[in-house]
Amino acid sequence: MDIHEYQAKELLATFGVAVPRGAIAYTPDQAAYCASELGGTKWVVKAQIHSGGRGKAGGIKLCGSEQDVQQAANALLGMQLVTAQTGAEGRIVHRVYIEEAKPFVRELYLSLVLDRNTQRIILMASTEGGMEIEEIAKNSPELILQESVDPAIGLRPFQARKLAFGLGLQGKQVQRAVTIILGAYRAFRDLDATMLEINPLAVTADDQLLALDAKMSFDDNAMFRQTQVNEMRDYSQEDPREAQAAEHGLNYIGLTGSIGCIINGAGLAMATMDMIKHAGEEPANFLDIGGGASPERVAAAFKLVISDASVGAVLVNIFAGINRCDWIAQGVVKAAKMLNLKVPLVVRLAGTNVEAGKKIIADSGLPIITADTLAEAAAKAVAAYRATRK
Amino acid sequence: MSILINEKTPVIVQGFTGDKASFHAKEMIAYGTNVVGGVTPGKGGSTHLGLPVFNTVQDAVRKTGATASIVFVPPAFSADALMEAIDAGITLICSITDGIPAQDMMAVKSYLLRFPEDKRAILVGPNCAGIISAGRAMLGIMPGHIYSRGPVGIVSRSGTLGYEAAAQMNALGIGQSTSVGIGGDPINGSSFIDHLKLFEQDPETKVVMMIGEIGGPQEAEAAQFAKENMSKPVIGYVAGLTAPKGRKMGHAGAIISTFGDSAAEKSEIMKSFGLSVAPSASDLGATVAKVLAKVAR
Repeated sequence: MDIHEYQAKELLATFGVAVPRGAIAYTPDQAAYCASELGGTKWVVKAQIHSGGRGKAGGIKLCGSEQDVQQAANALLGMQLVTAQTGAEGRIVHRVYIEEAKPFVRELYLSLVLDRNTQRIILMASTEGGMEIEEIAKNSPELILQESVDPAIGLRPFQARKLAFGLGLQGKQVQRAVTIILGAYRAFRDLDATMLEINPLAVTADDQLLALDAKMSFDDNAMFRQTQVNEMRDYSQEDPREAQAAEHGLNYIGLTGSIGCIINGAGLAMATMDMIKHAGEEPANFLDIGGGASPERVAAAFKLVISDASVGAVLVNIFAGINRCDWIAQGVVKAAKMLNLKVPLVVRLAGTNVEAGKKIIADSGLPIITADTLAEAAAKAVAAYRATRK
Repeated sequence: MSILINEKTPVIVQGFTGDKASFHAKEMIAYGTNVVGGVTPGKGGSTHLGLPVFNTVQDAVRKTGATASIVFVPPAFSADALMEAIDAGITLICSITDGIPAQDMMAVKSYLLRFPEDKRAILVGPNCAGIISAGRAMLGIMPGHIYSRGPVGIVSRSGTLGYEAAAQMNALGIGQSTSVGIGGDPINGSSFIDHLKLFEQDPETKVVMMIGEIGGPQEAEAAQFAKENMSKPVIGYVAGLTAPKGRKMGHAGAIISTFGDSAAEKSEIMKSFGLSVAPSASDLGATVAKVLAKVAR
């Protein structure tokens, strides 16, 4: 789960990470008011969307008057901001963050991630702030400093000092960096983050260190114990179909093809999508109905898949272990009748209670195409889809 | 022979009296698994499915001599249950639960590493289908009837894709020694390599099928291990050719984030280390058959 920049800064500030003063606005008038409340002569107006690369995409504007702030907010709010990370559809800007503009002399990079290779939290820091870490890693990997955290011990101050001195910080800057690094680590650990990036971490002329931008992602599996973070969820930044799927215990990701998929198990779902491509068409979605699916959950999955107008055929592929083929079949039949399904439907069932499941499909009187193997199912779905296009 | 479990392995079920655990305990017993009891804190002293229930894993181990445990405990309490099993000296632990926080699993792994290697438990999962030694014993949630005894070891991140592989092999008359689901989480207990090592030592296993998916370095590391340390052929497959970059495909661990994470890249890496790679998910059985035919010659 992702949150906005201003929310990440709000969280980080409570862990002792220094951030510029700022305020959130939903309208241009609020934005101008925020600027006057903050005081000063220069402000940054920042589009709040769940994506990096906002600066290059025109989502961040430097302003020299309250009127400028109002105009910048007016231009950004409601805009479909397309960045290198959002895809062509972009994300709608519903909130802008107004921040005091802070002049700085250096831009550093700091991030924490859950590293799969070492199965630990690792910190990365670099003198090349303001750039994407992927770019730094590609062009000058020697400029990335790393520290790995022993989960039983936690991050030690000496590790933070190594990073601070490694970044070439001096005098008072060092202790301030150590405070920020340790604070960022505690935020990461205590809030079940999976990624935390401060880029840039700015050094000002008077030796202050400030998180000018902040990005945080969290472990969905830990949301049961992170109510504060969970409340920061912004559904407007998520695919509505994915949010709807989550409510039904389904795992759905919309794609651009024409064959709708309803499958149990993430691995089998990916493999089935690959088979559709192999047979010459593209999958319209990834959908894992999960284990122990009730007929109701199957029906909800159907509704979701065919709500995508580009779906021209539906393929159900179930290899039941913890699931039951008879329940799946009941759900399929119920959904096909209730939703008055217009596109061809191919069903492949295998595993637990398969005979009972096949009988329900056969007795339903519906024009359901059945298949016994994965290859057959994919081929039949593609053929049925193409037949409707002729 | 088989790896990890056989019909004699004494098994306990943690979270024994819950609905899902009860259902699968019955299935495991019906398959021939030597289930000797279970643990539900607070219900010690009672019986469930005709077997004794204990308050702690330590009690269960002392009274029954159990060496393996299957853990059906909700995500919030899973890490604790797994550490309890490790502490009690269980040597094979299988965690079925989906949705355990990653940092909890980091703590479990770090707890495991406190034990010297020869005394360290093997943890399979979490978020996995478990282990089945065909025709002998099952420590998992798979449909047992789709497996038959034979020379192929299966190790798979995905549960259902592991079933698919077994079904395709059976259709060609090829059986399995043991099938292990290692689970789809980014921080998991045992790796492909851990099980490749065991299959290499198992006389019944002639070839190994390794089924991976997008995300993480495990498949590439395992392919290198197979080339450098195994005499038995390994057949690979990686799901997710059509998966878009940066999207989590169901499994928390299935996400293409860095170079080498995609299915195409992993398949290439496997081939470069000399593995036979199934060209598609419907060729899992046929590819195994081809390699087996060469081994037999």
